[in-house]
Amino acid sequence: MRGHRRWAVGAGHFGLIAAFTVFTAFPFYWMLITTFKRTSDLLNRTNNPFIYNEPPTLENLRVLFFDTLFMRWLGNTLFVGVVVVVITLALALPAGYALARLTARWGEQLGIGIFLTYLVPPTLLFIPMSRVVGDLGLQDSIWSLVLVYPSFTVPFCTWLLMGFFKVIPRDLEEAAMIDGHSRLGAFVKVVVPISMAGILTVVIFTLTLVMQEFVYALTFITAARNYTVSVGVPTFLVHGDVYFWGSLMAGCFIASAPIAILYNLFVDRFIAGFTVGAVKG
Amino acid sequence: MATLEGSAAAAARPGALARLADHPTWLGALMIGPAVLYIVLVVGVPFGLALYYSVSDISMGSRTLGFVGLKNFASVVQTTKFQASLRNTFVFAIVAQVLVMVLGTILALALLRDFRGKWFVRLLILLPWVAPISLGTIGWLWILDSTYSVINWALEAVGLVRADGGFMWLGVPYLAMGSVITVHVWRILPLATVILLAGLTSIPQDIHDAAQVDGASFSRHLFQITIPLIRPIMLVAGLFGLVFAFTDMIVIFVLTRGGPYDTTQVLATLAFFTGIQGGDIAEGAAVALFLFPLLVVVAFAFLRVARRSEVT
Repeated sequence: MRGHRRWAVGAGHFGLIAAFTVFTAFPFYWMLITTFKRTSDLLNRTNNPFIYNEPPTLENLRVLFFDTLFMRWLGNTLFVGVVVVVITLALALPAGYALARLTARWGEQLGIGIFLTYLVPPTLLFIPMSRVVGDLGLQDSIWSLVLVYPSFTVPFCTWLLMGFFKVIPRDLEEAAMIDGHSRLGAFVKVVVPISMAGILTVVIFTLTLVMQEFVYALTFITAARNYTVSVGVPTFLVHGDVYFWGSLMAGCFIASAPIAILYNLFVDRFIAGFTVGAVKG
Repeated sequence: MATLEGSAAAAARPGALARLADHPTWLGALMIGPAVLYIVLVVGVPFGLALYYSVSDISMGSRTLGFVGLKNFASVVQTTKFQASLRNTFVFAIVAQVLVMVLGTILALALLRDFRGKWFVRLLILLPWVAPISLGTIGWLWILDSTYSVINWALEAVGLVRADGGFMWLGVPYLAMGSVITVHVWRILPLATVILLAGLTSIPQDIHDAAQVDGASFSRHLFQITIPLIRPIMLVAGLFGLVFAFTDMIVIFVLTRGGPYDTTQVLATLAFFTGIQGGDIAEGAAVALFLFPLLVVVAFAFLRVARRSEVT
């Protein structure tokens, strides 16, 4: 009887996990399948869509890489990502350290205040932002994105780094300061080098946030060649009523999968950052 | 502020620079200053402008701003489009977030158990959250396509609908709302799940063991021990999710553009279509500002949670 029950619980558990996994992963599986399908296969309603009724093809990938601006969009995204990473680190590293060590009560409140700005959504700011960007002469330039993206990367990364610096033992800096370093010197020469894990986390999150951003890029950029990948694919590979589903799905899959796997390695740190204050530890 | 002034005097003595690099308060202010300044410039200033635009007669071409008081709000509120959007925003956000919390709790409890290949399952479950949202949603656009929907094909294949009788997932009012809610749940569920999982794993095993020894039933264990213990973290997950749901426009923009007949139009998409595509910056800003009271409520709730967990 006991064995029976355990088996039933195990099967139920497996079924539950399987159902959720299918729900979350199916669209990506579908992108992958569609990527290699011929258009004639896709657009025949009598075909079973789960299998290859005609031999698989690389034509969709060829179209994506050579007949569209996909590569250019990837390049734009990477460029914006790298510059935003540099800006974010330059601002968030010292700010995170100051919040962790150098400020007392007002610093704590300032820290929460900075974190809360992360909650201010682009949909509240994009209308005045578009005007500001226009006045600065950055309309339709990827530099507008470089300017605006730190508005959400800096608050979150400051918060994340603050958590990191808090768990570094104070003795390390104090030893460096006894050795004649100033506090600033101790931060640069001792704290930063041992915080590489935290810095790497910030780099990954900044890159993914840049890759995901949609609203600002949609608002500021109008020329196809200046788009980032998250806006270029949905707006320019969709031509009115004619969809190149194969190439479209290929673009979605290629731009999603690597960043998803990379991000997955760091997700625990991300969650720790999100839940500071709500979980003791 | 008194301490700041006191240290200013101290820092002005010989060797000021070296002292500055050592003085906790001043160095702290100096290190945090640039970040705060940047945030004020790119978040605070635009927010102030949003307030200002909403009471002005600004439009895409105009260079002059005239003050018109609450006229924009008054004219926006009267339109049926706005009223529909307001209603849709609440339906969309609340239904989606309730589903996310219920499903997220179930999934997190299921993931608490160890099993083989768990890391891979976790990767698959996290995909919707970590992939760029607009691209994931394009995947759904194909799955929900009016002619080639794989769901319709499957329903036909098992005989649940007649051939050519498939659903117009994004073309019929209630169904379209159901579809955008489903896709939004799909995208937020992973985040809620991992946050709740972090909360569940932080409960010491002794507590579960003690409940087991006392012979607590499954439902009692769940509702009287586990859920109360993770309540703060559930609140955090719920609040973040609510902000995303109320303010996000990507899923709806990609799937339906607010259609059919504005039945999936929400405040965020309406603000975009009015302020950016329509060029009426003033009215667009007014629409977007209706999101603000909600954010204030969430921020206060978040602060209360943060403060309470500090005390315990």
